[in-house]
Amino acid sequence: MSPGATDGLRFRVTAEPLDVASTTALVASSECGAITCFIGVVRDHNAGRRVLWLDYEAYAPLAVKAFETIEGESADRWPSIRLAIHHRTGRVEIGEASVVIAAASPHRADAFAAARYAIERIKQIAPIWKREHFEGGETWIEGATADPLDETARRAAFERACV
Amino acid sequence: MRITIRLFARLREIAGASELSRDLPDGSTARHAWDHLAGEFPAIAGYQASVSCAVNEEYARLTTRLHDGDDIAFLPPVSGGN
Repeated sequence: MSPGATDGLRFRVTAEPLDVASTTALVASSECGAITCFIGVVRDHNAGRRVLWLDYEAYAPLAVKAFETIEGESADRWPSIRLAIHHRTGRVEIGEASVVIAAASPHRADAFAAARYAIERIKQIAPIWKREHFEGGETWIEGATADPLDETARRAAFERACV
Repeated sequence: MRITIRLFARLREIAGASELSRDLPDGSTARHAWDHLAGEFPAIAGYQASVSCAVNEEYARLTTRLHDGDDIAFLPPVSGGN
């Protein structure tokens, strides 16, 4: 595969900087009147610490499958939805995007809800870890046990998406 | 049978390797692989209640039976944040 051959993929894990415009372009179509874009950005503080940068590690093939699962779950709820999810790995500096989600739909309500659902679900089931480098140390940030079959977690993500 | 074990994040650091090759008795499950690992690297045992696994790049249960040549990944809790 040539280096640029994966650039058109809607679900992708990459060490390269993310590009919001190209992620968004992957979901655009003439039937869609709305595209919502969520950008997760590295911020300079967490839990009272001054954050210097984050290092992301992923199990890439499984992460891509998790993104596909998330689109399938979204389509069950919002039938016309089309998602693109691109996630960074490696060192990501303050202010840089760690994840870009684009959600396209004929109407805006579904696009907003699906983008929110997707980020909530990524945090639950995507095999991606972040190591926080802060002033004075570094630590793994560990959240949820990854279990795509956990219906309680899935319902919680839907509820957050539909507030 | 021989299996490949993949480790990530903190688990990778504890074991000092992202990939290990280990022999297990035929009929072993993912849990057996985990127990084997925890025997070898005691600090890993603390993840017993929170670990997930994937076999051949698909999410699996610890009860999943393994076969010769399988690739099993142990996943510590994934990235939180809000």
